[in-house]
Amino acid sequence: MLVFILRRLAQSAVVVVAMSVLVFAGIFAIGNPIDVLISPEADEFERAAAIARLGLDKPMHEQFIRFVDSALGGDLGTSFVHGVPALGLVLQRFPATLELALCAMLVAVVLGIPLGLWAGLKPDSMAGRVIMTGSILGFSLPTFWVGMMLIMAFAVTLGWLPAGGRGETAGLFGVQWSFLTADGLAHLILPAVNLALFKLSLVIRLARAGTREVALQDYVKFARAKGLAPARVVGVHILKNIMIPVVTVLGLELGSVIAFSVVTESVFAWPGMGKLLIDSILQLDRPVVIAYLLVTVLLFVVINLIVDLVYSLLDPRIRLGGGQA
Amino acid sequence: MKQVLPAVAALALLAAAPTPSQAATLTVGTSAEPSALDPHYHNLGPNTRARKHVFESLVSMDAKMRLQPELAESWRAIDETTWEFKLRKGVKFHDGTEFTAQDFVYSVCRIPNVANSPSSFTVYTKGIAGIEAPDPHTLIIKTGKPYPLLPVELSTFGIISAKAAGGEAVTFDKAGCKADSWPTTQAFNDGSLMIGTGPFKHKSYTKGDRQVLERNPDYWGPQPAWDTVVFRPITSDGPRVAALLAGDVDMIESPPVQDIERLKSAPNVSLAQAQSNRVIYLALGVQDTPPTITGTDGKNPLKDPKVRKALSLAVDRDAIVKRIMMGVAEPANQYLPAGFYGNNPEVTVATDANKAKQLLAEAGYPKGFQLTLGTPNDRYINDDKVAQAVAQMFTRIGVQTQVDATTANVFFSKRNKQEYSVFLAGWGADSGEMSSPLKALIATPIKEKGYGTTNYTSYSDPELDGMLDTALATVDDAKREKLLQAAVKRAVDADIIIPLHYEVTVWAMKKGVSYEPRADQYTLAQKVTPAK
Repeated sequence: MLVFILRRLAQSAVVVVAMSVLVFAGIFAIGNPIDVLISPEADEFERAAAIARLGLDKPMHEQFIRFVDSALGGDLGTSFVHGVPALGLVLQRFPATLELALCAMLVAVVLGIPLGLWAGLKPDSMAGRVIMTGSILGFSLPTFWVGMMLIMAFAVTLGWLPAGGRGETAGLFGVQWSFLTADGLAHLILPAVNLALFKLSLVIRLARAGTREVALQDYVKFARAKGLAPARVVGVHILKNIMIPVVTVLGLELGSVIAFSVVTESVFAWPGMGKLLIDSILQLDRPVVIAYLLVTVLLFVVINLIVDLVYSLLDPRIRLGGGQA
Repeated sequence: MKQVLPAVAALALLAAAPTPSQAATLTVGTSAEPSALDPHYHNLGPNTRARKHVFESLVSMDAKMRLQPELAESWRAIDETTWEFKLRKGVKFHDGTEFTAQDFVYSVCRIPNVANSPSSFTVYTKGIAGIEAPDPHTLIIKTGKPYPLLPVELSTFGIISAKAAGGEAVTFDKAGCKADSWPTTQAFNDGSLMIGTGPFKHKSYTKGDRQVLERNPDYWGPQPAWDTVVFRPITSDGPRVAALLAGDVDMIESPPVQDIERLKSAPNVSLAQAQSNRVIYLALGVQDTPPTITGTDGKNPLKDPKVRKALSLAVDRDAIVKRIMMGVAEPANQYLPAGFYGNNPEVTVATDANKAKQLLAEAGYPKGFQLTLGTPNDRYINDDKVAQAVAQMFTRIGVQTQVDATTANVFFSKRNKQEYSVFLAGWGADSGEMSSPLKALIATPIKEKGYGTTNYTSYSDPELDGMLDTALATVDDAKREKLLQAAVKRAVDADIIIPLHYEVTVWAMKKGVSYEPRADQYTLAQKVTPAK
């Protein structure tokens, strides 16, 4: 187990280094931040001073060396736009995104697994068909459009829920969270549903496919033949066995939900990392973009590690050590 | 029954009567967020908008960008290089200390000392050569040379409290003021130094989510109508409109053009709009080797005034305003609309495709040439669509034009490297007068004078530069305006910077709220009033 974790960490380090080189070169290629940042009224002296202050007068490799040097000390640079440490800026926004992503995942799992089970057990029933058709919609409708429709329906026309923003927050562990207040929860519902829709469809399809396959296996037939209650057959014998693909995919998807909730965050003006990323790209705020991507890479690595560990708990046949089974 | 009726009537009356005891809150959805609350950190529209609620300046601008007193009650030029400002008495900072001349001195001193400032306000303070304060409510400001724009420039930056920042002993020194330390941007963002003289006090700030202000009960001027003001950045257009329609916010900045008809027909929404100080223009490059022109054997046809005139004549400004801008713009014939300082009523532009073709033929291009027009596609209202229309109009007179539309940050980088022969861009005159566009867009780039900072056309007209020199050294307002009017005529006639239209700034708000639209595009909560 320890060997496995160490090896994974070493691999991750390589990924992080490769990413930082790629990202640095990539963001260097698009535009010059000075052209966007500085007031057009500024004269040449002002421009020169600002360029020197941001270190943009140095050639790219020097800037990269400077970046790596301070990154090793935990400093990912100072935001060009906001003038504060880039990493701090990203991490400050992290709870809002995490909260939204976890809520979306919760919606996807809580609704998706029972619906998928049902569709798998009764594939020819009316309900089963409706569920599957619904999941196709969930896959194919663009997130931006669905978000706007949700706002038009529930905020503008019905007036039940707010159209965007994070609402009132309350502190827990020194961080502000929305789900702790009624107002915050109301603000959370629409964006979470919007973000959950795609994952929900995915979970439904995975659960359905798994159920259909598992339900025909001998051990399920045997369990039924033994006279076990149907609830136990479904709840233990089937559910446990369809969870492995679901956990894998959800693990990976959690990462992508956190990293790429950009669209939902902009539609609902949710002050998370995704919105910060978009704004930073538009303003060519290089340090923030780099800090964001490095945080994301780290997040993926950690999540994948956890997924592998959860695997071994769900299916004891999987050995993580490798080789010495 | 007898008792019930009066009770119902009383209830109805209660419901209808205004309830002054109830706290009035105004929530505004803004299209952009300030990069910091520090009033001296970033010379950028959203920052200035945020600043104007908490920190005031000596002089301010009204909705039509004319100067008016703020912390200075009056000012006058004693001689060509000396100005006297009489400061308002009895003005208190939010911490209760009195505003004096030292606060101004300290603010001017701090401006060059803001760490990491991406674009600082030193442009507006470098004209100041010396400051004296004969008494706490009088300022004598010396400039190195005659400097008529001093009051305008003093309206651009806010005044912070010297006492709160520990700067009571700091004195002005042109070479750099001395202080043990300068306040950090962080100290403003976390609220500890958000101590101004403005109509609102800072309450809380969550970056990306909201800024909350509360009324300053000790404000020297008229009390704002709102106890609490909340600014929420909603940068995407659709969601911003939705937030207004859903009642999440009471007012929004710049609703997208395509939604304006819908908002007009919405029963509980009203609109306010004003001509802005921003002109959208085409710039024609006169480089020796044109980067995006083909079919001319490497020569640059734009060097010929006839060709430039032809391109200007090809543009049908009314059509652009009507069909593409949906009326949310005004056709432009110069760089600032009528009513602004320096606008010359005699300057005109025309549309005449036949004349244009004839001029092209006279210049030796009867079959025209090929051109690529550069434009951003997310910076100005409908920018890429306007460029497409212009391209069709050019093509109609024989100049086959393609459009290269890219996102703003890519566009500006390419533009600044002079990679376009012709490009579409906009200029907002922050000073509200004509020297700003003339100096930046068309004057010959001269580092020492700050001329030509946005002149990416390689155009140079020493005579025009001379006219600007004279205007910018004339303190007499009436004389200076005449000089600027002559300069703008010469500039427009040269057809280097071809004006297309003035953008109109729109605000949308729920019924029951009204706002006097501003040419400088700022959304100021102190000017928002409950409609009568």
